[in-house]
Amino acid sequence: MPRREPANSSSSALRFAAFTAVFLSCALLAFAAADGAWLRNVPARDHEKTNPYHDQQDAVEAGHRVFEDHCAPCHGNDAQGTSAKRPSLRSQRIQNDATEGDLHWLIFNGNLRKGMPSWAKLGDAQIWQVITYLKSLKISVDAKESSSTTRTDN
Amino acid sequence: MKFLLTLYLFATFFVGLGSAQERPYFVTYSSDMEEPGNLEVSVKTLQASPKFANSFVSQTLELEYGATAWWTSEVYLSGQGTSSDSTIFTGYRWENRFRPLFREHFINPVLYIEYENLSADRSLLEIVGNDSIADLRIPNGVARRDIERELELKLILGSDFRGWNVSENFIAEKNLIEPEPWEFGYALGVSRPLQLAAGRKDCVFCRENFSVGAELYGGLGTLDSFGLKATSHYAGPAVAFNIPRGPTISFSPNFGLNDNSVGVIYRFNISYEFQQIFRRHSR
Repeated sequence: MPRREPANSSSSALRFAAFTAVFLSCALLAFAAADGAWLRNVPARDHEKTNPYHDQQDAVEAGHRVFEDHCAPCHGNDAQGTSAKRPSLRSQRIQNDATEGDLHWLIFNGNLRKGMPSWAKLGDAQIWQVITYLKSLKISVDAKESSSTTRTDN
Repeated sequence: MKFLLTLYLFATFFVGLGSAQERPYFVTYSSDMEEPGNLEVSVKTLQASPKFANSFVSQTLELEYGATAWWTSEVYLSGQGTSSDSTIFTGYRWENRFRPLFREHFINPVLYIEYENLSADRSLLEIVGNDSIADLRIPNGVARRDIERELELKLILGSDFRGWNVSENFIAEKNLIEPEPWEFGYALGVSRPLQLAAGRKDCVFCRENFSVGAELYGGLGTLDSFGLKATSHYAGPAVAFNIPRGPTISFSPNFGLNDNSVGVIYRFNISYEFQQIFRRHSR
């Protein structure tokens, strides 16, 4: 019976490192993709909803109060996020990609698998006020989120 | 009772550290879950003077924790004091609530499972089977000998529509020790905040901080004798006052609807929500 050659330890380590790198890359890509998946799940009807408080200064102030009570404990007082699972609300996705209707859908339904509770109990009026406040914020590069964030001038 | 008093003082010491956004229900569960990472501490007090029985006060400490966005776990510790009788610790409950559907619907179901170990309990957190005023006439010394280890299941249905919340609970309870049949009960609640939109500035006595509603609850007999007779039923208005960044205070007088019920029972609740108790902000 032919004697089996012992495995080369350095090539084994290389293969393990390569496998680990590929696995981690796939996991990271899957996580990044899943992180913004909610935006693709918003029904067209909700996507097109309009905010009755759009750009109203009173609603910005009221929304700020509601935000401080219910959103800030996870997303931070400055809405810049506190961890990858509690992401920034000053991101490109929230500020530019998502419509106000998309945000209403997210806040109303939550994202229970990702740890975001449903805030239906706040009622439509307060949800729209929070959205008016969120849309009044500037995009920040200092934000904590798992995907890239873009800086704009305003 | 001293134990409950100590816990009560411990809870009140933390006034102002958190805020709770509560519906004014005492018996009915809505489909709302505790936010993940938040701990809500409540002290529920009930006072009643049943006909041909000693008046009593029951206190229950409730610790409610949001394990995930779809799972809430709660522990209750109960005690009661009956005039001309005694003051006793009556036992504990451990419950878990699960949301099977991950999006909001017109009717949102929540599944509830609870284990309870109680004796001489008078918290009346639910009415099932043939619960009646006669149970409250039994002296504590006698009632304590009957230790109830029970499994309780509830189907909670909740709907939110234009600021109104409508919640329905269907209850099934089984004694795990005694060969008793399944017992059934129900609870219905309707509530609405006095104002739906938030105001621009902080204020304590704004209408947005008050919720009003009504509850109807009672027993539905047992598997052998299902129905609305030979059990008790109650109804009453309820009001909750959510103090901004402070506790929520609720009050409800419940009126007995038949001869098996106590004439009036008064319920009072104070609760605080500690937000993100196991995590500190990095900013």
